Amino acid sequence: MTVYVLRRLAQTLLVLAITSLLVFFGLYVVGDPVEILVNPVADEVEKARAAAALGLDKPIFEQYWVFLKGAFTGELGTSFVFGRSAIEVIVERMPATLELAFLAMLIAVVLGVPLGLYAGLKPQRWISKAIMAGSILGFSLPTFWVGLILILVFAVQLGWLPSTGRGPTVEFLGLQLSIVHWEGLKYALLPAINLALFKLSLIIRLTRAQVREHALLDYIKFARAKGLPRSRVIGVHLLKNILIPLVTVIGLELGSVIAFAVVTETIFAWPGMGKLVIDSIFQLDRPVVVAYLLLIVFMFILINLVVDLLYSALDPRVRLGEQK
Amino acid sequence: MSFLSRRAIAAAPEQSPFARFARDFAESRLALVGLAMLVAVIALALLAPWIAPQNPYDLGRLDLLDARLPPGARAGGGNMTYLLGTDGQGRDMLSAILYGLRVSLTVGVASGVIALALGAVLGVLAAYAGGRFEQVLMRIVDIQLGFPAILVALILLAVLGKGVDKIIIALVAVQWAYYARTARSAALVERSKEYVEAARALGLSNARIVLRHLLPNSLPPLVVVGTVQVAHAIALEATLSFLGLGLPTTEPSLGLLIANGYEYLMSGKYWISVYPGIALLATILAINLVGDQLRDVLNPRLAK
Repeated sequence: MTVYVLRRLAQTLLVLAITSLLVFFGLYVVGDPVEILVNPVADEVEKARAAAALGLDKPIFEQYWVFLKGAFTGELGTSFVFGRSAIEVIVERMPATLELAFLAMLIAVVLGVPLGLYAGLKPQRWISKAIMAGSILGFSLPTFWVGLILILVFAVQLGWLPSTGRGPTVEFLGLQLSIVHWEGLKYALLPAINLALFKLSLIIRLTRAQVREHALLDYIKFARAKGLPRSRVIGVHLLKNILIPLVTVIGLELGSVIAFAVVTETIFAWPGMGKLVIDSIFQLDRPVVVAYLLLIVFMFILINLVVDLLYSALDPRVRLGEQK
Repeated sequence: MSFLSRRAIAAAPEQSPFARFARDFAESRLALVGLAMLVAVIALALLAPWIAPQNPYDLGRLDLLDARLPPGARAGGGNMTYLLGTDGQGRDMLSAILYGLRVSLTVGVASGVIALALGAVLGVLAAYAGGRFEQVLMRIVDIQLGFPAILVALILLAVLGKGVDKIIIALVAVQWAYYARTARSAALVERSKEYVEAARALGLSNARIVLRHLLPNSLPPLVVVGTVQVAHAIALEATLSFLGLGLPTTEPSLGLLIANGYEYLMSGKYWISVYPGIALLATILAINLVGDQLRDVLNPRLAK
């Protein structure tokens, strides 16, 4: 077990190193950030001064070495555009992305589990068929296009909700959040629905498949034979058992919601981490891009590791050390 | 379905495998609709230069006075009707969509085929060779599949820049791992079968066994993964192009057309974004419907 965790951590370091190398040198080849940052009419002397100030006059290998030394002390460089620590800039945007991801996941679970339950229990009803057809549509619809349609219908045509931006924030549990009051929630609804659609389809299909599988098992037959009320069989016996795989998937998907927020945030001009990284890619703000990607990659490795460990703890058949 | 059903009786042995496959496929009406849609989409994309009312790449033919006209408007010159309206540069949307479909399909299919070839060869080799090569390869696959496709593509495109070749590289990098994993598990099953043993006993070379025996027999599950992946690739390309990371603006794909219409959306000029989106949706939906049915028909566990 310990050996397994250690080996996974070594792999983590390797993946992070490869990502940082790829992005660092790749962005170096793509273009010179100085050309974007300085005044277009600046002369060579000014450009050279700007490059020196950002540490860009040194050879690329030396720049990478400086970056590595910083990385081991938790400092991932200074943003070219903001002139502040890249990590600081990203962490500042984090609450906006997290609250959006949380709201999206909430919508997906609150709607998805009951709909999936219904479609699984009554597969022949036309409503169930409509739910399943809807979920195929939810898989096929490209997220960004749905976002545009949501804006077109609810913001432009009906005028019910604001189209872009984030509402006013209030302090909540030490974080600046907007979704805890209506003025802010109004702004978050459309992007959250947009982000939720794909996950909603996934949860509906997963719940339905689980229900169909478990409904035939002996323990359900037994509970019904005992004469328990239907609501108890479904609400307690069935739901408890199908929740285990559901919770796993929801945990795993939370990470991908945060990654996918890149698209939704760009459409709705939501000032989160995703929009920041897209802007930074265009401005060749290498420290921010590198820091964001390393952070997200690290987050994913962590989520995957925790899920693997939980699985082996919950299911004795899974032996982690021996997967050859 | 009971196990001595009419189908089992109807499946008379004189039918060729393909006829049986076709009949099983045709069982779902929805899948047939999907297939018809898919054939239509491919035909439209292939025939675009002949059926499009205008060549959308020929900037000299565009009339800026005709920009942002609603669907059904007559051209200023009076020689054509813009059935689906025009975009910000006075380009006929219908023509732009037909050409965009070509770009989207090309990118999706090309990346799918390359990724399939790469993944299949690596996966089958891993299953056949085993040992260190298999371990390392599968570890890489596991690690990569732990990340969402959009993240991997984002990293690569941030580094590679824009271009048709670049986006195909990124899409291949995103997809190959799915094929490699599927091919390996299929080949592992095939490897233990008698015909492989027979081939070995005959003294055939390893290369011949892998290429002529294992690879072809591992293909059916790869075809299923392939259809789903092509739909994914098309959606992903559209998303990346929308973010401004995929294709150059000179030959717009559907995603780029949608992105171009985004700025006009707020003023209610919906057609510039909505119609390319519908074309994109129809394409992806058609592939998914066909893929769903293919999965059922080719699944050995559901074999009747």
